[in-house]
Amino acid sequence: MNILPFFRRKSFARGVHPAGNKSTAGMPIRRMPFAPRMTLPLAQHIGKPAVPIVSVGQEVIRGQLIAKADGFMSVPLHAPVDGVVEAIELRPSARGPWTESIVIRTYEASTQEVRWAEPRDMDALTPEGIIKAVQESGMVGLGGAAFPSHVKLTVPKDRQIHTLMVNGCECEPYLTCDHRMMVELTDDMLTGIRYAMRAVGAPKAVIGIEDNKPDAVEAIRRKLPADGSITVEAVETKYPQGAEKMLIKSALGLEVPAGGLPSQIGVVVNNVGTLAMLGRLLPAGQGLTERVVTVTGPGIARPGDYWVPIGTPMRHVLQWAGAKDVTEREIILGGPMMGQAVASLDVPVTKGVSGILVFDRRDIEAESNRKSYACIKCGECVNACPMGLNPSMLGMLAAGREYDLMGSNYHLGDCFECGCCTYVCPSHIPLVQQFRVAKGILRERAVA
Amino acid sequence: MSRNSTRIELRTSPHVVKGLSVERIMFNVVLALLPIALFSVWQYGLSALALLLTATATCLLTERLFNHWAGAGSTLSDWSAAITGLLLALTLPPSFPVWMTVVAGFVAIALGKAMFGGIGHNVFNPALVGRAFVQAAFPVSISTWAPAYATHRFTEFIPTTWTTPLMTPPNIGPWAKQALDGFTGATPLARWKFEHVATAPHDLLTGAATASAGETSALLILLCGAYLAVRGFMNWRIPVAVLGSAALLAVLFQIWNPVRFPSPEFVLLSGGLMLGAVFMATDMATSPVTPKGIWIFGGLIGVITVVIRYFGGLTEGVMYAILIGNALVPMIDQHTQPKVFGAQGRNKA
Repeated sequence: MNILPFFRRKSFARGVHPAGNKSTAGMPIRRMPFAPRMTLPLAQHIGKPAVPIVSVGQEVIRGQLIAKADGFMSVPLHAPVDGVVEAIELRPSARGPWTESIVIRTYEASTQEVRWAEPRDMDALTPEGIIKAVQESGMVGLGGAAFPSHVKLTVPKDRQIHTLMVNGCECEPYLTCDHRMMVELTDDMLTGIRYAMRAVGAPKAVIGIEDNKPDAVEAIRRKLPADGSITVEAVETKYPQGAEKMLIKSALGLEVPAGGLPSQIGVVVNNVGTLAMLGRLLPAGQGLTERVVTVTGPGIARPGDYWVPIGTPMRHVLQWAGAKDVTEREIILGGPMMGQAVASLDVPVTKGVSGILVFDRRDIEAESNRKSYACIKCGECVNACPMGLNPSMLGMLAAGREYDLMGSNYHLGDCFECGCCTYVCPSHIPLVQQFRVAKGILRERAVA
Repeated sequence: MSRNSTRIELRTSPHVVKGLSVERIMFNVVLALLPIALFSVWQYGLSALALLLTATATCLLTERLFNHWAGAGSTLSDWSAAITGLLLALTLPPSFPVWMTVVAGFVAIALGKAMFGGIGHNVFNPALVGRAFVQAAFPVSISTWAPAYATHRFTEFIPTTWTTPLMTPPNIGPWAKQALDGFTGATPLARWKFEHVATAPHDLLTGAATASAGETSALLILLCGAYLAVRGFMNWRIPVAVLGSAALLAVLFQIWNPVRFPSPEFVLLSGGLMLGAVFMATDMATSPVTPKGIWIFGGLIGVITVVIRYFGGLTEGVMYAILIGNALVPMIDQHTQPKVFGAQGRNKA
C-alpha cells in the first residue's frame, strides 16, 4: 500500500522485492561457440511434440527444418548447426524424464552461416499469413513459458483486441536477457511489435518495462514511431511484475477476470524477446535456432548474456561461462523465483530457457540450515500474494490434506505458483511447493 | 570443472528467500522489550529485577519441561518463551510476590501455549493467560501497588517480594509511606474511577505514576514499538487501530459528558493500554492474518478497553479486551478473506 501518492508508481497490489542481482545488465550480449553435439528435444514447447523429418546419418545445414509441427498446438524445429544427425533417441530433459530428441554432431570446419531461409514480403501478408509465418519460425514464448507464439497471437473470432501488451518487465532476479535485447535489438523488437499488432488487429501497443531499466526505456523511446501507436510504460520494479495479469493491471489498469485470459478484456501479451526474434526472423524467413540466455549466479566466473544455439548442452554452457570448481552446486533454468533445477549436465538449452543460474555450496547450505516452524500467522504471505489468496490458510489446509476445500473455498486454482509466499515465510513453510502438489492432486481427481 | 565429484542439488522454486525467520522476529521483540524492562528496574529497583528474572526463568523452564514431555527438541531458541516471560513480568505489579510470579509463568506457558501445541498454535496471548489466572487467584496482591523511585530501591526489596508461598503477603502500606512521601497506592485509573482525579499526561508519558512494572512510560513503549514497526517485525496497523479506536470513543464520550469522562490523552496514556496495544495485541499467532481483519481486531480491542474502564467494575480492561479479541480471531479471519485478483469477472467453471 502506497501511503503517499507522490511515491505511487504504476503497479499491482502486494508482491515482493527480492534483491535484483542483475550484475550482467550492463554487459553486451556475447556469442557462445557451437558445442560439438547438439540435443534437440522434440517437445520444447507446450503442446504436441514436433515430428522428425530427418533420419539418422543425414546431413543438415544450419536453419534447416528437421522436425515439423504436429497440428496447430505444435511448432517445428530447425537445425542449430551444420552437421550430421547422429541419433534420434531418448535424452535427459529439464523436467526429469528422458524425452525423444534429435542429436546432431556439429561440423567443426563449417562457417555455420544460416543458409536455409526463404525471405518474405511481410507487407503483403494478411493477419492469418503472419500467424502462419510465426508458426513456421518455430517461435515460442521466450520468457520461459515456451507457449507456441502463433497460438497466442490467434485471437478468438468473437473478441476484439485493443492493445498489444509487450512484456519487458523481466521481474525475475538475476535475469537480464530481455533487458539486453531491448537495448541492443530495439529495431527488431519494434518490427516484431508491428507484426504482432497486425496479427491480432490491435490499434496500439504498450511496452511495459520495470523502472530498474531506464536505459532500455530510453533506447526504445528514442525510436518510437511518431504516430503514437506504440508507447512505453515504466512500471514499478516488483516481483512478479512480469506475470501477464499483474502487468496488464499495472500498465493498463485493467483486471483480467479470475480464471480468464487477457483476450477477454481485449489484450494480448507477448514477451519483448519473443517479438524481437520475430522481427528478426520473419522477414528473413528463418527458423529459431538460437536465443539469448543469461548465464549468471555466484557459481559462475564469467557471467553474461550469451547467444546460445538451441540444443547446446548445459555442460558446454557452464564450461564456457566458467563454472567454478565446487563440490556442490545447484543449476537453475530460468530465474530463482520460478526456475527449475536440473539434475543432469546433459540437459540442453531449449527454446524456453531464459537463464542459467548457478548457485554454489554456500547458497545451498544457507538454504538447508533453515528450520521449519508452525505457521505463526504473521500475515506476510497474505500481504505478498499478488493474486489476493490466503496462503496461510491454504498451507494449513494442505498440511491437513484438505485439497478439495483448498480448491472450492480458497481459490487454489488462481495460484500461478509465483512463489512469493514461500519467499517471505518466516516459518519456512514450503507453501508454494505444497500448492503445486495440491493442484496436481486436484487435477487428477478432476480426471478420475 | 571436475564433474565427477560435483554433487548437483535439486530443489523446487523459489530458490531464493527473503531471510525472514521466526527466531529473528522474536529476538527483535525481546530486544525491543529490554529497554522497557530496564526502565522498570530503574524505577522499582531490586523487586522489579526479581520479578523480571523469575517470570522469564519460569517461562523458559516450563517451555523446556513441555518439550521434554513431548519428546521434542528444545524450542527455547525461538525466543518466544522469553517474550512471554518478559511481557508477563511487565504486566504485574512490582510488589508481586515471587512465588505467585512462578505460578503465573507456569500457567502462561502450560495453559496458554503448550496445551495448544506450542508456538503458532495458541489461541490466546500466553502472557495474558498467565496474568488472568493470577488476577483471579490473587486479587489482593495484583492490585497492591508499590511506589516508584523509592529511596532504598537498589538496596532492599519491597516487603512483599519474598512472601512465603501460600501465605498472605504483608501489608506494604507503612513501608510505602516511609519509602516515598505522599504515596497513595492507587493507579491513575483507580484514582480517576474512585476519586475522580485525573493524573497529568506528563506524568503518564514519562513514568512518574503508579502502575505495573512495564506500563509506566508510554513514551518508551512507543519508541520500542516504533523500532519493531520500522524493522518490519510488527504490524503497525494493530497499535494504530487499538489506540485510534480508544481515542475516538474517548473523544465521543467526552463531548457527551465532559465532567464524567476523562480526556482522550488520559485514556491513551494510562494503565496498560500502550503496552497492550504495542506488544500484546500485536502477537502474530493470536491476531488475524488478513489486512481487513487486523483493523477490525485492533478496533474491537480499543472499544472494549474503554467500555470496561468506563462502565465495568474493574479499573483496567486492556487484558480482557485483548483476550476477547484473541478469541474472535478465527471468526474475524473467516469473514475478512482477501479479495481474489479479478474476482468480479470470474468465469463460472
